Amino acid sequence: MAEERFEPKIVAFLCNWCSYRAADLAGTARIKYQPNVRMIRVMCSGRVDPTFVLKALALGADGVMIAGCHPGECHYLEQNYKAMRRFSMLKHSLRALGLEEDRVRLQWASAAEGVQLAEAINEMVDQVRALGPLNWPGNWSEDGEVEAAIERLAEEHAEAMEVPA
Amino acid sequence: MTEKVGVYICHCGSNIAGVVDVEEVAKWAGENLEGVAVSREYKFMCSSLGQELIEDDIKNEGLTRVVVAACSPHLHERTFRRACANAGLNPYLCHMASIREQVSWVVEDNEVATEKAKAMIAGAVNRVQLHEELEPSLVPVNPNTLVVGGGIAGIQASLELADAGYPVYLVEREPSIGGHMAQFDKTFPTLDCAACILTPKMSDVGAHPNINLLSYSEVEEVSGYVGNFSVRIKKKAKYVDEELCTGCGICIEKCPKKVIDDVFEAGMGYRKSIYRPFPQAVPNIPVIDTVSCTYFETGKCKACEIFCPTEAIDFEQQDSYLDIDVGNIILATGYDLFDCKTIPQYGYGRLANVFTSLEFERMCNASGPTEGKIVLRDGVTEPESVAIIHCVGSRDENYNRYCSAICCMSSLKFGHLVVEKTDAEVFSCYIDMRTNQKGYEEFYERLLEEGMNFVRGKVAEVTDAFRLPGEEGKLIVQVEDTLLGIQRRIPVDMVILMAALEPRADAREVGLQFGIACSMEGWFTERHPKLDPVATMTDGIFIAGAAQGPKDIPAVVAQGAAAAARVQGMITKGTVEIEPVVATITEEMCSGCRICNTLCPFNAIEYLEDKEVSYINTALCKGCGTCVAACPAQAISGAHYSNEQIFAEIEGLLYDVISGNGAKAPQVEQEPVPA
Repeated sequence: MAEERFEPKIVAFLCNWCSYRAADLAGTARIKYQPNVRMIRVMCSGRVDPTFVLKALALGADGVMIAGCHPGECHYLEQNYKAMRRFSMLKHSLRALGLEEDRVRLQWASAAEGVQLAEAINEMVDQVRALGPLNWPGNWSEDGEVEAAIERLAEEHAEAMEVPA
Repeated sequence: MTEKVGVYICHCGSNIAGVVDVEEVAKWAGENLEGVAVSREYKFMCSSLGQELIEDDIKNEGLTRVVVAACSPHLHERTFRRACANAGLNPYLCHMASIREQVSWVVEDNEVATEKAKAMIAGAVNRVQLHEELEPSLVPVNPNTLVVGGGIAGIQASLELADAGYPVYLVEREPSIGGHMAQFDKTFPTLDCAACILTPKMSDVGAHPNINLLSYSEVEEVSGYVGNFSVRIKKKAKYVDEELCTGCGICIEKCPKKVIDDVFEAGMGYRKSIYRPFPQAVPNIPVIDTVSCTYFETGKCKACEIFCPTEAIDFEQQDSYLDIDVGNIILATGYDLFDCKTIPQYGYGRLANVFTSLEFERMCNASGPTEGKIVLRDGVTEPESVAIIHCVGSRDENYNRYCSAICCMSSLKFGHLVVEKTDAEVFSCYIDMRTNQKGYEEFYERLLEEGMNFVRGKVAEVTDAFRLPGEEGKLIVQVEDTLLGIQRRIPVDMVILMAALEPRADAREVGLQFGIACSMEGWFTERHPKLDPVATMTDGIFIAGAAQGPKDIPAVVAQGAAAAARVQGMITKGTVEIEPVVATITEEMCSGCRICNTLCPFNAIEYLEDKEVSYINTALCKGCGTCVAACPAQAISGAHYSNEQIFAEIEGLLYDVISGNGAKAPQVEQEPVPA
């Protein structure tokens, strides 16, 4: 038998209005996709605090997906744009920590896009599988160094985090 | 933690149990997850027996938290919250894990599915223990309703509400209500005259004591929330005093300036600079179009003022604003017509005798520019042959992919009118005939018998470049007849383009203004495509008519009435529950940095100058949580989606990984199961 295939664990944050409904639709339509994604419902992709992503990675997830309504279709009008801004900042920080690009993904999926969401999940699972396990140090609270590093990063990029009026 | 959690795993018949080993999961949860006091599986948790199971356990076992692993929370969260409430447990202490939509229906391997279900239940159990009791707040519902758009959908909705005794503000952008329907001649499939059935309803609106008709007006600002909206309406200057004007029409008669009427007559006819769109207009008060008016251009003329018997003309009139309070809003803003010039090969705008469907409607209308005569652009020649081209701008991936729903039937109606009024031969070039409502198929058969020719094929081109005998001076419709399998060149005198229905050009802006979403195309999005077709994701805002998607008059009227019924339900109840899932700021932790202030699109966050902290008006907060994620001091907490709750859920979801990689595990014990 071949070597056991690496099965990555991916945590996905889905907005209540579009993406979680896309997942519902994928289910209703019996669209099969890889089982490696575990989903968390949030009201809006704008709710996703970058620390959620860090926490998931730190606890052993190999990748994190954030899914929200398409730009212009946000249930809360424009909060997915804020998720988008935050995401690019987060990617920047993660790059500095040596994390591969493909391990975090921002995905737009409308309530009608069950197929698209399933495809995106499959694609991401394959990409993360190819990258292999993340093996981040598991215990954040006992490793002050890492937390401090993240705080330093936030300070360095304080300007980018400012929200224009 | 000292919570007693009850875990309930639903079989959903075989929907879940056929893939997930529910007995194993229930046993595992009961034995391994910290806090779980009761763990059961049952055939249908949503059944009354299933709900009783939960209720009994809450009462007898003293459960303080409930996790139901079943379908999506969008389906049955309310059911299980209610069951908890019945047993005296705060409904927000219940959480669902979607092991049907996210596990059994999408995972092929049973063993893997069972493992995924365990992870999701672990997440839910972890999270639910940090849930807090929440109470929805009750707010009164203002009995006034704002209806935006005075087409047949808005008219129907307004009349339903007004007849039931509730005050309505009906806002219409144009000088008269009536919408597109007022422009039509006949209506399919019964061939009632559109004006004959519409104008009585219009006069009812105009005369109704409960309807405040605001024509030539637009919504400027909307604020507030369900039951309590504040709306600012801009009443554009009509330059005619509504109180003094009697609608006699002398001003229109005397006005020396004639311009092409692009709106009501679709460019086919003329109107004066002071005008009402059509004789039966409601309200019957003319407006002055300042762009073309000689007085506004040169400062001279004033013919209307001179001849007005009641001195109603007021050149000094300004736009005015009206502030109203309403409890609910119905948006019935209708549709725009596809611009046929976008498809150059059909020749509209270049070849004189290519008409749009709306132009042809006006032509057929007895009060229209040709007094109902079907003639070519020269105004006198009757056509000997007419081609009707379907799906112009619809069912075409270059323009709009959707079907415009009404064009097949309108084209049959046009065919009938041509046959009735002229001796012309009619060709209908269609992709598919769609006649799927009451009486529609019979109408199609009637036209087949009346001798209309049907050519199945999408027209490639309309041209005046003749090359065969009999083509000179004609418009040649080049089409592949897919039933005969041949290319055809059909020479005709007149071509009618069945233009697609499109979302209003400003639909997205209007959507933003009222806080509702649009589809990719720009149609307003309903709360549920099947089960909640007139409500929207924003409570208190309803939609009706073609603004939601292409549809014919019976469907539009049904939606108008449905939206009104929903609003009446809200008003009759008198109060509405506001979801307690909102954000709050802990004053002591707020540094007053004001980062959150600009993030809220609902203006729920204000800065308290005296205390130098920000404050969230929970009545305006919709609970998206963007400010919670943004607060650098973590002074904002989001009810039901707090950081702690989400962290706990992540820990639970990754319980199996955590135990394997040495990370600090959540309180999950992985001891071997005793025999």
